[in-house]
Amino acid sequence: MKKNENELTWKDLNTGCIVTEPGSSREYRTGDWRSQKPTYNFTKCIKCGVCQIYCPEGCIQQNADGNFEANMYWCKGCGICTKECPTGVISMINEEA
Amino acid sequence: MGKKVGIEVSLAIAEAAKLANVDVVAAYPITPQTHIVERMAEIVANGELDAEYIPVESEHSAMSACLGSSGVGARTFTATAGQGLELMHEVLYVASAMRLPIVMVVANRALSSPLNVWGDQSDLMAVRDTGWIQMICENGQEAFDTTLLAFRIAEDHRVLLPVMVHCDGFYLTHVVEPIEFLSQEDVNRFLPPINYPLPLNPDKPLTMGAFAPSFIYTEAKKAQEVNIRNSKKVITELWSEFAKTFGRQYHAVEKYRTEGAKTLLMTLGSFGETAMTAVDKMRSEGQEVGLLKLRLWRPFPFEELREAVGNAELLIVVDRALSFGGPGGPAYSEVRSALYSEKTHPKIVGFVGGLGGRDLTVAEFEGMVKKGPGITNTGAENEFEMFGVRE
Repeated sequence: MKKNENELTWKDLNTGCIVTEPGSSREYRTGDWRSQKPTYNFTKCIKCGVCQIYCPEGCIQQNADGNFEANMYWCKGCGICTKECPTGVISMINEEA
Repeated sequence: MGKKVGIEVSLAIAEAAKLANVDVVAAYPITPQTHIVERMAEIVANGELDAEYIPVESEHSAMSACLGSSGVGARTFTATAGQGLELMHEVLYVASAMRLPIVMVVANRALSSPLNVWGDQSDLMAVRDTGWIQMICENGQEAFDTTLLAFRIAEDHRVLLPVMVHCDGFYLTHVVEPIEFLSQEDVNRFLPPINYPLPLNPDKPLTMGAFAPSFIYTEAKKAQEVNIRNSKKVITELWSEFAKTFGRQYHAVEKYRTEGAKTLLMTLGSFGETAMTAVDKMRSEGQEVGLLKLRLWRPFPFEELREAVGNAELLIVVDRALSFGGPGGPAYSEVRSALYSEKTHPKIVGFVGGLGGRDLTVAEFEGMVKKGPGITNTGAENEFEMFGVRE
């Protein structure tokens, strides 16, 4: 997508809204559904990857230090990772209005 | 010119689909459409046509199968009526929004309840907002011609929309009429092979009917609206091409003896022929009465209607469907709305009649012309009447 999603006009759409680019659903910003976001105390992280397995959005990856962290572009703020983390690394805080 | 053959209109419609060399037919039989799809099944089974006939388990599945076949770029035909059209209702929106050039003949029928299999146009009006092009036929020749034209219109790259061809159940579908057939060579010249621009193809993957959140849904609907509005120009152009090639000219609003007419009747579909007889009779008695026949229902022909109405003083719109608790018949309501902004326009009254297979006779059209002015003058909130209802 060349334009930002909020700049697309009706003239930019393919016939019948056909999507010709495979994998383009990756561009859909599910992160703006969020009302809470995860915060991390990585000193407790044992790098087990349980949060990554349980994340329904599939948006958790290892960062440069090898800790597991959600990508805020897609994280919907469901909090499942917080519940599942065996060592209590993650806590959810409200998004600023 | 082809030869004229006396044939049941349903069979002529099937013949048109065969001449169009359709690739897929997915249909479920329902009165009064049955003869069309029975004949299509025969044509495919006996090898007259190399096509897939999908005998589905419901009309919802019929239209869903049509989405798939049209999506791969196959020329797709189906037919239904009344309750069947209602059962496929939600899928109709998908076909038009995905811009799939499906052609469907609708043998117009009343809707339950009470159960009634006979002709009226309640089903036609109920699918008014589904985004399909809707064309209404008056006789068998039009049904044959319009079915062929529908493929050409639907598949034109400037259009790419599904088309409904409306034929009044029984009044058209079950009568034998002299119909001039076109040769396969003529049809092939007029209707080139389908060339859908973005077909489903595993080597070039694409997604149809994807999710569209609020940030883009409005834009998608705007594109659809512009598209169907612009299709009217193409439809008109293709009617002219058809006339040049085959000698029969169709218009969005057909005028019959409208010269100097102070009163105009307006009909949709097969009842136009009865109304013509009524107009002839009234003209012979010196009454200044004419007739307008609406052929194109979607996209609605606003300019053509305004031009056709001319300087008439009274316009009587005859609907064969009712919008319960609303402003009367749907055509009446839309015609009134289309003319509202004109500086001058006739008084417009509406009659609803011919429901569930009840005939509207010459005498009844005369009765409407007699009664019309009185209804206009009452100043009542509802300026329409259910004609011929027993009180």
